[in-house]
Order: sequence, then structure tokens, then C-alpha cells
Amino acid sequence: MKENNGKNIMELDFYDSEEFMLKTNRRDFLKIIGGGIVVFFAVEDAAEAQQRGDRRLPEDVNAFLKIGEDGRVACTTGKIEMGQGIITSLAQMLADELDVSLDSVDMIMGDTDLCPWDSGTHGSRSIRFFGPPLRAAAAEARSILLEMAAEHLKISRDRLKTQNGVVYDAANDQTKVTYAQLTKGKKIVKRLDQTAVQKTASQFKIIGTPQRKTNAEELVTGKGKFAGDIQFPGMLYARILRPPSHLAILKSVDVSAAEKMEGVRVLREDDFIAVLAGSPDRADAALREIKAEYGAPDANLDDENIFDHLLKNASGGNPSDQGGDLAEGEKNSAEIIEKTYLNSYVAHAPLEPHVTTVCVEGDRITFWSSTQSPFRLKDAVVDILNAPADQVRVITPYVGSGFGGKRSRNAIEAAKILKLAGKSVSSFQLAGTREEEFFYDTFRPAAIVKIRAGINDKGRISFWDYGVYYAGQRGANQFYDIPHHKTAVYGRGDAHPFDTGAWRAPANNTNTFARESHIDLLASAAGIDPLEFRFMNLKDERMIRVLKAAADQFNWTPAKSPSGRGYGISLGIDSGTYVAHMAEVKVDKESGEVQVVRVVCAQDMGLSINPEGARMQIEGCITMGLGYALTEEIHFRNGEIFDLNFNSYEIPRFSWLPKIETVIIDDKDAPAQGGGEPAIICMGAVISNAIYDATGARVLQLPMTPERIQKTMSL
Amino acid sequence: MKRSIQFNLNGKTQILTVEESRKLLWVIRSDLGLTGCKYGCGRGYCGACTVLVNNRTVRSCIYPISFVDGKEVVTIEGLAKNGKLHPLQKAFVDHDASQCGYCSPGMILTAYTLLLNNKRPSYDEIIHHMDKNLCRCGSHTRIVRAIQAAAREMNTGELR
Ligand code: FES
Ligand code: FES
Repeated sequence: MKENNGKNIMELDFYDSEEFMLKTNRRDFLKIIGGGIVVFFAVEDAAEAQQRGDRRLPEDVNAFLKIGEDGRVACTTGKIEMGQGIITSLAQMLADELDVSLDSVDMIMGDTDLCPWDSGTHGSRSIRFFGPPLRAAAAEARSILLEMAAEHLKISRDRLKTQNGVVYDAANDQTKVTYAQLTKGKKIVKRLDQTAVQKTASQFKIIGTPQRKTNAEELVTGKGKFAGDIQFPGMLYARILRPPSHLAILKSVDVSAAEKMEGVRVLREDDFIAVLAGSPDRADAALREIKAEYGAPDANLDDENIFDHLLKNASGGNPSDQGGDLAEGEKNSAEIIEKTYLNSYVAHAPLEPHVTTVCVEGDRITFWSSTQSPFRLKDAVVDILNAPADQVRVITPYVGSGFGGKRSRNAIEAAKILKLAGKSVSSFQLAGTREEEFFYDTFRPAAIVKIRAGINDKGRISFWDYGVYYAGQRGANQFYDIPHHKTAVYGRGDAHPFDTGAWRAPANNTNTFARESHIDLLASAAGIDPLEFRFMNLKDERMIRVLKAAADQFNWTPAKSPSGRGYGISLGIDSGTYVAHMAEVKVDKESGEVQVVRVVCAQDMGLSINPEGARMQIEGCITMGLGYALTEEIHFRNGEIFDLNFNSYEIPRFSWLPKIETVIIDDKDAPAQGGGEPAIICMGAVISNAIYDATGARVLQLPMTPERIQKTMSL
Repeated sequence: MKRSIQFNLNGKTQILTVEESRKLLWVIRSDLGLTGCKYGCGRGYCGACTVLVNNRTVRSCIYPISFVDGKEVVTIEGLAKNGKLHPLQKAFVDHDASQCGYCSPGMILTAYTLLLNNKRPSYDEIIHHMDKNLCRCGSHTRIVRAIQAAAREMNTGELR
């Protein structure tokens, strides 16, 4: 993340950076930008447009790109980098369309002072919705430069070509002018009007070529700053008193011992009790000195009876998709199979827990926070502190991964601490512990899927009646060629005993696990090889192509399941991207332990901007997905969370690694689709189907722990 | 109890008077301002806080500062020499072994001790040695490749 002048924001010495800190007022935005060519643009994303309603800062642009007088190109966006790689792929789109080198692009991200409003970074939306206008803006800037060059060189515009930040006379390479020369002393501000012609696939030089992460060196040297790495002289460290369970009520508390500790301050407003001390461990020690007693109401909800509780409280059920007549489909069926699939609560467990560093200087308040939505956080901080909006700045530096879990709770608590501490505190950090990270996580919801479906005597799926409870709609609609089908979505947000939220490819992990497990059951009932069965029941050409690609790579040979080989298949669609997975597993029939030996993933994501980045995301999805498939689940009783650290909450390790093979179907002429999430959605079903193929045991609940597998095998 | 502790940190002598039970992680991060070692779990489970003490990895979140008295401590900031990345760092860059990068410093220092004692580690030896370091982003395959590449590079002696 670079500031306009190419200096790293975090390297600026705080006390020497008055000018920098004063760049606050958004009305002065244009002044801050300085000279050069600036193209503003809006992002046409329906979800964002909807959210515009509650925006207080009304610029109807979401980003701009600037070609500076030094020839460097800056793109500012409120999107943030958390490992998904858009810092590289967005820069690629910009550089290619503008005809500059990738390393002349500075991405300025997630800073509410420097970047226009943004709803947040989530849902594999950045490339899909931000990418197209970014390319259009770059094309427009290039067009403006060509216009200026024509005048400067006194050559007609259609004789000019651009390359690497230079405009040339196509007939004579010696006649040229650089972008930097053209922008010198100029100040051109233009709103995108979408008229400039963009490159076609055959003209791409940087888009579609594998690129290493542009920020990699910062990450391997310890120089890259995360929110917890921001420090100020004399900074204090805060900790907050936490209840033992989500239902606990504070009965009594004695903070006197903590208050007596040297250099410790205790802040309190009702049940909100925080300590401030000179170091993190000192703050810890102070917290331990607080004696608190809690009571809890009677309740009786745990990780086993939760599914009954959820079903009892479910509401909704409107079909999200339907066609034909289910009764007719039942009549045409030779065999009907009905099953219920479950999955437990799953934690995000980013390696970096939530953290916020706050600095107050004069009336300027700056929050560095690990949030996926800096602009929403800013609104919340402004509210809590009752401060003028232009005095509050939120910056998201590097984020140690999010997966949907990096929210603003921790930063909002930091705002409360700041409010209670008042002007006496100039800087402090509130770093969540791993235990707090688990306790306050917005878990992927426990969910239930009920499927009733049939096959006719020709091995065709005759009907499909699908109900998903609490997971959500994404990925619920099936994509097979089924004459009679219905999909209904049920749930009720407040039925959970704690917060739940979006988790990498929300809902789709649950839906794909259930759908693809059931498809396999139907294939077995029909006595047909599960690959062949899928081909027989698919009409979607894109899906057929991606499945063929996976089968070729895997070298699938037909056999009825269970074949004893331990092979599985799963298909899915997420964020406009099609994925087909095949896996091979070994199951220890004594212990129920599973080792995933090999996973092949074929992915059709339209135009792949950075094939290397895409492969990295696929590998990440496959590796992370082993966790929710095999071990990850939150155990709890009555609001008490039992899994609070990595000793009991097991996430994937090196020794779990399968051989991973990726096939990217590069459709250069198709629009770019999401890449950060799709490849994780198949991991439940592809492993479940492979376990079934190995053992004949059909596990209906995620995660498929050794105990569950053993139990199913003994049925 | 407070006491005076002297140790070498990335080549420089440090003399501190600190509470002896304080954990090395917090002294390095908040007292000495080196933030390359990360907090991930605070209990020794994840390896994000890994640093080298006399060329062995320790989990600094559970390692009392008094234990480093008279020893040599190296953090990720001390690995590059004269502005030149260590082959492991370079290999991590070349092989895109960081996604969010939060685990990277701990991974690199852990791999460092592997290559120190085993110039040609097999795939299984790498897996075994790295197994207690967690990465949530799923960079594992690339980390393994980076370690293999760094081993090759160090053996051909191209870099040092
Ligand atoms: S923070 Fe030390 S091992 Fe996790
Ligand atoms: S790269 Fe994010 S935790 Fe390893």
C-alpha cells in the first residue's frame, strides 16, 4: 500500500507527518490528489447501489485512478487486501489497459481519508464488480493521454501507439513522449463516461499472465504492517473483561486490586470494563486481578440438540427456484431417496485475531483496524464518539486473513474505550486474544438440508425437492437437468445461541455438501458410475466442460460406487465461477481416520486475470476446506464455547496436505468471475463421496470426524 | 521480579531491566518495536510468534524473557543480510508462499532451523518439521515448494 508520493504510509514518521495527517477533509480531496490526470468512476454493483441509501458521504464515485506528474499511477479503492491477492490482480487490470508496467502502479487501499466510499471487501466481488469500471477508467485515461500526445507531438491520434508509459509515433519510435511528460503541470479531472475502447483478449499483455504478489517482499521481511504492528511512543494496551459464556450476566465485580497496580487504569461503563496498561502482558495481569462473578439463566442448548432447536424455530420457506410438478415427478420415479444433512458451527479462525490501534492527535482520531469494511467502521466510530466525520479516519492495513470474519466489533470496543478514557489517552491498542477471537466469532451457522429426490428407470433424476435451513440461499439452486424441482430456503437469524455470519462462500459449502452427496446416492441407487450419472443429468455446457476437464486430469475410470478405490466427485457454482473437484482418500477402517491423498480441481472463472493468483486461491480453498470437511466444529453448551484455541479446534496442517492439481479453464473472452471462494464449496462433498466410495459409509454430517465415520460404518 | 537481562538481538546487544517472567514476544514487539513476530494464539499452538534463540526455534509467546539472558535472538527482521534477502525469504517471494502473510515470518524461521541441520530435507522431513506451524490461508503447498527451492539454492552456494 503506497501513498501518492510512493512512500509507504506506515513508514511515515507520525510526528513528521502533519501534512499527511491533515489530509482529512473529503471536500479537499482534489487538492490532496495534486497534479496529474485523474479519472473518477463508480462501481455498478447492485448490492452496493442498494447500500448507497445509508451513505452519509455522498460522492457517487467509488474510486479513482491517477497518473501523477512523476509517471506513477495510483489507484485508490476502499477495498482491502487480506491475502486474496487483489492488490496484484486489480493492478494488473489497470496496468494492462493503461499500457504501463505493473510496478509503476501503487494501490492505495482501505483508507477512509484517501479512498472513496466502499461497502467492504467480501463475497468474491472485487474483481467482478470493481474490475470492469477500473479497466474502463484506465482505457479512458489512456485515451486522454493519446489526445494530449497528438497535440504535443503534432501527429494525428490514430498514428500513435502506447507502450510502457510512453506514447510513440507508430511509424517512428524516435518520436515519443512519456505519460509523465504529458501530465507535468496539468490537472485534468474527469469522470468516467465509458466511451474509450478497451482492449480485447488478444491484446492483453499483463492481464492473464501469472504475476507474483506485488507485496510479497514486505510480508517475508516483517516490514508489512498489520493493524497490531502500528505503534506510537508511550502507547497503552487495553484488555476487556469477558464473560464466561454468551448467556452470562455480571452479578458483581471488584476492580480495586487492578486499580491499585502501578500504571494501570480501569475504565468502566455498566458491564463494560476495560483496563489500560503500558504493555500487553501488564494489561493481561491487570485483567486477572479483577474479580467478577456471573450468573446465567437456565438453558439447555448444545452442539447436539441444536439441530432440533433450529428446525423447530425455522420460518420462511419460499421457493427460490422451482419448475414442473413434484407430484408428477414422484409418480415417474423408480426409486426415491430422502436424507437430512447437517453441518455444525464453524469458526473463521484467521491467524491474526482482531486488533485495532488508535491514535489521537489534536482533534484527529485515527483507527488502524483489521476490518473488511473500513467505511462502515468509520460510521460506527463517528456515532460512538459523537465526533465530526471529518475528524475520524479509519485505515485497514494488511489483514491477516478474514474469510468473512473480520468485522468491526473489536474496533467498536476500542471506540468505547477511547470515549471512556477521554483526552487523557493519546494512543492505545486493543488486541483480541485467540480465546476472544473464537468466543466472539460470527460462526458459519449450523445448518440442515433436507432432500427428497427420485430417479426413473433410465437413470435420470425424476424430481428434486430441496429445503435448506439456516445456511442461506447461495448455492441452493441445483443446476442439473431435472424436470420437476423445487428449492426452498428456511431460517431465522435470531435462533442461534450466538452470532453467526458469512464464512468463505457463505451457504454454498453447506448446500454443495448436501446436493452433491445426494446426487451420489442417486447414482449408486441407479447402479451408475457417479461421473457418468452426472453427465447423463447435466445440460449446462459450462458445467459439462469443467467436469470433463477434472475427469481428464484425474484420469477417472468408470466404476459403480462404492468401488473401494476411495474416489469422489463434486460440482458447484459460486460467484459466477464453475468448479469440479475429484478426490482420492484413504480411510483407516479401524479408527475412522481419513487421509486425503489427492484433489483435482478444474475451475472455469471466465477470464483469469492472474492465473498464478487464481491457482493460489484454489490451493488455499482446497487446503482450508479440509478443515470444515474433517475436523472443524464448535462445541458449546448454554452459550459457553468449549473450543477457544487451536489445541481443540483443529485446522488443517502440513501433514494433511493432499497432492493438489489445478486446471484453470481460461475463457479469455468471458467476463472475469470470483476466485477467492468457489473452490472451497466442493470440499465437503468430494471427501464425503470419496469416503463412501472407499467404505460404503455415507456420512451425513460435517465435519466427518473419525467418530462419525466409525459410527456410520458400523450402521 | 525485575532483573537486568542482556542478550544479542539481530546482531545488536540489548540490555533491559524487565520483569523476568514477561514473555519474549511482548518484549520484542512492544518494548523493542520489532513487529515481525506475530501473536496468533498465545499458547504455543500456532508458531506465528516463532523466533530463533541460539539458532533454535522458540515460541516467543510462552518463552520467558529471562531465558534469553546471554543468548542470541534472531527475528525475521534479522534474517536478510546487507539488504539481501535470505534464500528462504527469496523463495517465499518467488513461490508466492504468502497469502495474507501473517504466518510467513514464523514459517520462514522454522524452515531456517530445518535447513540449518538438514541440507537436503526430503518432502516428508519438511512436512514433519513444519507440522506445528499453522497457516489459515492454505499456503502450505507453496511453503513446501519454497523450502525445497531454498534448499537447492543454498546447496549450490549461489547466494551464500
Ligand atoms: S502465538 Fe505463539 S505459538 Fe501461537
Ligand atoms: S498466509 Fe495467511 S495464515 Fe498463512
